[in-house]
Amino acid sequence: MTDLTRLTAAALAEKLASGEVSSVEATSAHLDRITAVDGDLNAFLHVNEGALAAAAEIDRRRAAGDALGELAGVPLAIKDVLVTTDMPSTSGSRILEGYMSPFDATVVARARAAGLVGLGKTNMDEFAMGSSTEHSAFGATLNPWDPTRVPGGSGGGSAAAVAAFEAPLALGSDTGGSIRQPAHLTGTVGMKPTYGGVSRYGSIALASSLDQVGPATRTVLDAGLLHDVIGGHDALDSTSLPDSWPSFAAAAREGARGDVLKGLKIGVVRELPDSGFQADISTSFRAALAAMEAQGAEIVEISAPHFEYGVAAYYVLMPAEASSNLARFDSVRFGMRVTPHAGATVEEVMSATRAAGLGEEVKRRIILGTYALSAGYYDAYYGSAQRVRTLIQRDYTDAFAQVDVIATPTSSTTAFKFGEMSDDPLAMYLNDATTIPANLAGVPAISIPSGLSDDGLPIGIQFVAPVREDARLYRVSAALEALLQDQWGGPLLDRAPMLGGKA
Amino acid sequence: MAKDKLLSFEEAIELYEPVLGFEVHVELNTKTKMFSSAPNEFGAAPNTNLSPVCLGLPGSLPVVNGTAVRYSISLGLALGCEIAESSGFARKNYFYPDMGKNYQISQSDEPIAFEGEVEVELADGEIITIPIERAHMEEDAGKLTHVGGATGRIQGAAYSLVDYNRAGVPLVEIVTKPIFGTEERAPEIAKAYVQTIRDIVISLGISDAKMERGNLRCDANVSLRPRGQEKLGTRTETKNVNSMRSIERAVRYEIQRQAAILKAGGSITQETRHWHEDTGATSPGRPKSDADDYRYFPEPDLLPVQPSAELIAELRAALPEKPAVRRRRLMSEWGFTDLEFQDVVNGGLVAEVEATVAAGASPAAARKWWTGELTRIANVEGREASDVASPEHVAQLQLLVDAGTLTDKLARQVLEGVAAGEGSPQEVVDARGLAVVSDDGALIAAIDEALQSQPDVLAKIRDGKVQAAGAVIGAVMKAMRGQADAARVRELVLERAASLD
Amino acid sequence: MSEITPELVRHLGSLARIELSDEEITRLTGQLDAIVDNIAKVSEVATADVVATSHPIPLANVFRDDVVGEPLTIEQALQNAPDTADGRFRVTAIMGDEQ
Ligand SMILES: [Mg+2]
Ligand SMILES: [Zn+2]
Repeated sequence: MTDLTRLTAAALAEKLASGEVSSVEATSAHLDRITAVDGDLNAFLHVNEGALAAAAEIDRRRAAGDALGELAGVPLAIKDVLVTTDMPSTSGSRILEGYMSPFDATVVARARAAGLVGLGKTNMDEFAMGSSTEHSAFGATLNPWDPTRVPGGSGGGSAAAVAAFEAPLALGSDTGGSIRQPAHLTGTVGMKPTYGGVSRYGSIALASSLDQVGPATRTVLDAGLLHDVIGGHDALDSTSLPDSWPSFAAAAREGARGDVLKGLKIGVVRELPDSGFQADISTSFRAALAAMEAQGAEIVEISAPHFEYGVAAYYVLMPAEASSNLARFDSVRFGMRVTPHAGATVEEVMSATRAAGLGEEVKRRIILGTYALSAGYYDAYYGSAQRVRTLIQRDYTDAFAQVDVIATPTSSTTAFKFGEMSDDPLAMYLNDATTIPANLAGVPAISIPSGLSDDGLPIGIQFVAPVREDARLYRVSAALEALLQDQWGGPLLDRAPMLGGKA
Repeated sequence: MAKDKLLSFEEAIELYEPVLGFEVHVELNTKTKMFSSAPNEFGAAPNTNLSPVCLGLPGSLPVVNGTAVRYSISLGLALGCEIAESSGFARKNYFYPDMGKNYQISQSDEPIAFEGEVEVELADGEIITIPIERAHMEEDAGKLTHVGGATGRIQGAAYSLVDYNRAGVPLVEIVTKPIFGTEERAPEIAKAYVQTIRDIVISLGISDAKMERGNLRCDANVSLRPRGQEKLGTRTETKNVNSMRSIERAVRYEIQRQAAILKAGGSITQETRHWHEDTGATSPGRPKSDADDYRYFPEPDLLPVQPSAELIAELRAALPEKPAVRRRRLMSEWGFTDLEFQDVVNGGLVAEVEATVAAGASPAAARKWWTGELTRIANVEGREASDVASPEHVAQLQLLVDAGTLTDKLARQVLEGVAAGEGSPQEVVDARGLAVVSDDGALIAAIDEALQSQPDVLAKIRDGKVQAAGAVIGAVMKAMRGQADAARVRELVLERAASLD
Repeated sequence: MSEITPELVRHLGSLARIELSDEEITRLTGQLDAIVDNIAKVSEVATADVVATSHPIPLANVFRDDVVGEPLTIEQALQNAPDTADGRFRVTAIMGDEQ
């Protein structure tokens, strides 16, 4: 019998629909896999005790002839940044340990309504602040490709879970690259939709004007299928776009046929020269471009002169918004409370609670953001950063007047070793230079595997499209995915070392 | 608390020019809160009117109440303001346990309405123009109850309890520019200004405007400058001024207190002060350490408000008459003398009288009840007259009097019942058994008994000495415990005296 | 060079309600100084003629109808509270005893 955990979500969904496999079987297989490998990996903070019951309910409904969504019965891992009524939601922070939300995040509610089975909550950098998942209050997640290396962040748990076949699908959130960079470091697919394309309601906010929820999967088609379930307008999120969207799964299927590459203009950013990336990353990137060129795509150099200010603008806006968003963790209505001494005032209790309950990186960013918003600094920092945002949007507008998509390597290095960057916050921050501009401008961006490094670690390529052109990304990346899998003779993840001694 | 030295008001004004400023917070009476669908309803059990947004629960997001925006635009227009083509929300960051998010969503440099003016009519008919700087939308905070400690105040409390029901109730904050030239009428102008704001929001129907419930809250800024000085003096902001009467008193108090300090060569501390209704004094508030650093920034979860010219025109066309114009019209419609009308105006009762007339009472009767008995009860009990009874109840009361069911005296007793919350006048009449005894049978029985027990009086009446009937009438009224119409009793006494054997 | 000093960091900690140890203040002062030097470059290109973007995709007038929704039950409202009394959230004294 096939190992159900090795199937793509699309393939599993077919077997569920045909009745060949039950959701209980599929869910059990993934729960067993989690039991087998997650003790080492630590991708999950919580495993859903109700998963099998939910799966049985889907099987019952299928047997009863109910009309079910395409992904009904398929297991789903949920980043802990998303609140859930049936599992605790901590956003990777001690201060929220045990927190139970009275409502589901909109994306979770939609996944539930579509019949997906929640497997558990995945690990992340505390409050999504980080690029390595080392900043989780509940221990780091390991990279399934090499346990001495990070899986990226902040959504390292979701990426590792799909890379390690613990879940076929996962939800992530991306503020400066937190879906895409982990995808790059784990050989998986990560999509950041157009800002407003997916509801933020129920996503514990890091930086409201940058956060976007999106899929973390093993294939482009799976990402499209999940995006179709979670996307679209939500009246509970004022910044949600009222647009009606095409089917992203349909776009991915169309792209996989390959002809979309003919005549496609792919922009390559002059200001992101190969010298700025690890050599084997540049090599892999160029090889992917050459493969697309061979199918009739045209590579065009474009200029994005303001990208170099992106990281600086991001490290003003993100901590500023975060310092405000995280002020609610004050020990009054929910979360941890530390009373430093008898008779402590509420101010002292708040300060002691936040000192004890928030991690070092979170405190650092809150202090930085508080500084950036402080009287006398607002214009120099926050005001200027918003102007940089405008300039970066103009860079994209100018570029997309010439090209259909922009391609970059997803990040400058492959998975780094634990501790390698954590002592130098600035170096860690610069790691996001390629992913940040898309968040600042609100444009959609996807990372898919492009190959392996000299030492056998996964490498990703990022595509960026104009606002609202998410479907274009699915078409183009599915086309490249099909080309590369032909070359490789199968998915990149087939080359990952086996975990937990289980074939 | 050490008692402040006060200069006499007359001397204070002689030496110093008062400059006033007001921040009035108006709670809107929308069905739901400013940023969520939680009920906006007074008096519910603690923490039962909440959405995730009111508690700042992780993952919750605000969505603007469209009706609150319309109300705010209407109020801005009624204040003579320009309506911003594009206005936006901002976060005002400070930690306080009554705010779920530890920031208040407000408006900072992009208020929905700005640059207006309000005409305020004083008791003698003089009209003063108050310049308005801005009116902006924001959300209210929850309510803290301080437990333990001697005073029930924040100082010395052992702990505090938080009810977030009020958190997120829509507010419009109306900020004046500095108001010059008020002189000795400063306290009166302060009161008249807040009364005018109250009249405006009531006429717009956008707020319940009950000060005792905090629907309308006034912070009064007062500063003094020596005569002839250009530079403004240091101001204090007196909070917690929650009745019309207190506004007048608090402004007067601050003028006298500041003048005493200045005259003695001291200087005024810029601070918030709290008004104490009981002692009639202000006291220094806690110096707010974060006060000058709210770290305002544009609220990223919300989008700009850009009302169309059509919407603004529609709301402008629907504006009610200006209160001053309305007053002139009402004065002629009601046929009151100047003095009678001023009584109503001074009591802040124009809206109440109007509503009472609309509910079926005559203007004279409406005026009589509101400026008379209702104001008396309000003063005794330290409430607003508008809170003692509703216009509908007052009209019903008068109808009962007109129908002969109640005498004036009985009506006053009924009103006490209404004031005590015993229900409508009819319900009080029924419950307390206060109706006039209109059953002639009962009266005749009492009259016959009185006449038969006083044969000499009966004889006198029969002899045509009608004034002798007074003794019988008195006895009957006493037997009826006052619940009879004396004129009807007199009629019946004469009738029975003639017919009795 | 930025002007991040230990006193400023201490003040920021109190604004943000995070108690910081002396050791944390020393470390944060150095780190913030380096970060701030780096992010200060935003003001290099951000001239006044460039409009500020606060929302990545322009939208306006997103309003909700004034219709009451199902409120949280009191159990839901209080279920995560560290301390409650009489259906309300309990906190310790709001300020220290008066001196
Ligand atoms: Mg104010
Ligand atoms: Zn205010």
